[in-house]
Amino acid sequence: MNFLEVLAIIIPAALYSAAPLIFTALGGIFSERSGVVNIGLEGLMMFGAFTGIVSTLLLQDSLGAWAPWVAIVIAAVVCAVFSLIHAVASITLKADQTVSGVALNFLAAGLSIFLIKKIFGKGQTDFIQFRIDKVSIPGLSDIPVIGKILFSNVPITSYIAIALAFAVWYIIYKTPFGLRLRSVGEHPMAADTMGIKVVRMRYVGVMISGMLAGIGGAVYATSIATNFAAGTIAGQGFLAIAAMIFGKWHPIGALGAAMFFGLAQSLSITGAQIPVIQDIPSVLLTIAPYVLTILALTGFVGRAEAPKALGVPYEKGRR
Amino acid sequence: MNKLVKNERVMMILIPVVSAILGLIAGAVIMLLGGYDPMLGYQSLFDGMFGTPKAIGETIRAMTPLALAGIAVAFAYKTGLFNIGVEGQLLVGWLASVWVGYAFDLPAVIHIPLAVLAAAAAGAVWAFIPGFLKAKFHVHEVIVSIMMNYIALYTTSSLIRTYLYAGNEKSYDIKESASLASSFLAQLTDNSRLHYGILITIAAAIVMWFILNKTAKGFELRAVGFNQHASQYAGINVGRNIVLSMAISGAFAGLAGAMEGLGTFQYMGTFTAFTGTGFDGIAVALLGANSAIGILLASFFFGGLQTAAPQMNFMTGVPSELIQIVIALIIFFVASSYLIRWVLGRAGKGGAK
Repeated sequence: MNFLEVLAIIIPAALYSAAPLIFTALGGIFSERSGVVNIGLEGLMMFGAFTGIVSTLLLQDSLGAWAPWVAIVIAAVVCAVFSLIHAVASITLKADQTVSGVALNFLAAGLSIFLIKKIFGKGQTDFIQFRIDKVSIPGLSDIPVIGKILFSNVPITSYIAIALAFAVWYIIYKTPFGLRLRSVGEHPMAADTMGIKVVRMRYVGVMISGMLAGIGGAVYATSIATNFAAGTIAGQGFLAIAAMIFGKWHPIGALGAAMFFGLAQSLSITGAQIPVIQDIPSVLLTIAPYVLTILALTGFVGRAEAPKALGVPYEKGRR
Repeated sequence: MNKLVKNERVMMILIPVVSAILGLIAGAVIMLLGGYDPMLGYQSLFDGMFGTPKAIGETIRAMTPLALAGIAVAFAYKTGLFNIGVEGQLLVGWLASVWVGYAFDLPAVIHIPLAVLAAAAAGAVWAFIPGFLKAKFHVHEVIVSIMMNYIALYTTSSLIRTYLYAGNEKSYDIKESASLASSFLAQLTDNSRLHYGILITIAAAIVMWFILNKTAKGFELRAVGFNQHASQYAGINVGRNIVLSMAISGAFAGLAGAMEGLGTFQYMGTFTAFTGTGFDGIAVALLGANSAIGILLASFFFGGLQTAAPQMNFMTGVPSELIQIVIALIIFFVASSYLIRWVLGRAGKGGAK
C-alpha cells in the first residue's frame, strides 16, 4: 500500500468523523465568546441526535432521501429552544454555569431515552432508511491525486461544516454583531456602558450554540450512527469542547482541531489497515485528543487564553 | 418568615429541601404528561427505596459510592475548585483496588486496607494533575479534569484488556481476602449486596468534616476558597493548597471506586462509557449543600431513587430514566437558588405585612 492510497483512506474518514465536532465546536465558540461556559454541549448534541433520528423516522415515508436534511433543521430549532434552559439558569438566575451545563447533560440523557421508550416502547430506535450519504463530487473527484483524497467518499455535511467555520470567522471578527458578542465576553461592564445589551447578547450566544450543537448531533446521528440509543453520543460533545479550546476559541483554530481529532478518531478505527499505524496501540490514538488539549492549555502547544469574563455572571452596577 | 429567609443556616437547609420537592413535583407532571399514574409511580418508587429490608440494604449500598463522590466534589468546592473529574478518579481508583485485590495474596487485615489505600492513592494522583496544572500554569481545572476523565476511561479499559482480562468484558475477580462483602450485613438485609464500605463512607464524611473544620490546614483550604488574593496576602501558599485540595478530593473519589471494586462488583468492567457516579457526585454535593451530613442524606436519597427506578419501571411501566430527569431538575433548582430565595423573600415580605 503506497502513501497516497493510505491518504485516500485516512482523509475521507477524518472528514467524515470531524463534521459533527466542527459544528458543535463552532457552537461552543458563540456561547463561550459571549462569556457563558457551555459544558452542556454534550447534552445538546445528544438531544440533537435524538431529534434528528426521530424526525427522520417520522418523515422518511413522505420525504424520502430529503428526510435527514429536514431532520437536521428541526434538530437545530429544537436544540436552540432546549438550550434556553441553560441560558435562563446561568444568565438570568445566575446559577453556576458549569453546574447548569452538567444538569443539562443529565436532563438531555434522561429525557431523550425517556421519550424513546415512550414513543417506540424500547430502549433504542429503528435504523433510519435514508442517511446522509457519502458522495464523490462530480468533476472535483476526477482531479488526479487530490480528487481521490479530498473529494471522494465524503458526506456533503463535512464540506458544509468547513464552509461554516469560515462564515463563523467572518461573523465573529468582521461584523458588528461579532464585536458585541466578544465584548460582552471580555468586559461586560464596558460593553454595557457602551449600550450593548449584555444579557440579550449572552442569550443569543447560548441559543446559537444550542442550534449548532443540535446540528452537530443530528449530523452525527444521520450520517454515522443511523439510530439513537443511550450510547449514541458518548463524549462527542466533550470532544468538541476540547476542539474549541485546542483551537483557542477561534473558529478556524477549532476547525483545525476538530479535523485533527476526527483524524485521531478515524485512525483508531481504520488504523488496523494501515502499516506503521497498526503497530501503535489504538488506546494511544483514542486518548491523543485529550492529552493534546491538556498540553495546549498548559502552554506546551501555544497557550490558549479563554475570554476574560468566561464563567462570570453579569450583575449590573457591580465592579 | 422574613427573619428565617435572612438566616443563611436556615436557607442552607431550606433550598435543598424545596428543590427536591420541586424536582419530585416536576417528575409527577412528566409522569402525568406521559400518561402514567404519578401516585402509583411514586408509591412503587418509595417502596423500592425502603419498603423491605433488602430495599434498604440496596439503597445504602448504592449510596456508598455516591456519598464518597459527593464528598470529593464538596471538598474541592470548599477550596474554590470544581472537581468535575471525580468520574475519572473513581475509575482509576476502581482499577487500582481491583488490581491489588487480585494480584496479592495477603491476610484480610492487611489486604483490605492495602487495596482501599491503593484506590485512594490512584485517585489522588489522577486529581493531582489538574490541581498542579491549575497551581502552576493557571489552567482551569474543569477542562483538564474532563480530559482526564476520558483518558481514565480509555486507559483503564485498555489496561484491563491487556493485563487483567478474564473474558466477557470484565477483569478477574478480586481475592476473597480483599473483599468488603459482608455475609452479616447481607443476612441483616435479606441478601442485599450491602457491604462494609458504608463504614468507610461514614468515616470519610467525618474525616472531611474534621479536616475542613477542626484543623489549621482546613482553615487554610477554606480561606483559599473564600478569597485567593486575601489568602495570598495573609501568607498562605495558595498554589500548594490548591494541589493538596485536589489530591484529597481525588483520594475520596478513588475510595468511591474501591466501593465498586471491592464491594458491590468485586471486579471491574472494560467500560466504553462512564459509570455516571462521578457526575452524580456533583448533584449529591449540591443537594447536600457541601456539608458532611447533607451529603450523606442526599446520597441516601439519590441512591434510593436509582436503585428503586427499575422496580418502578417494572411495576408501573414508567421508564427508569424519569429518575435521571428528576435529578437533573433538582440540580437546576438548587443551582438557581436565586429564584427560590427571591420567591421565599417575597412570600416573607407578604407575610410580614
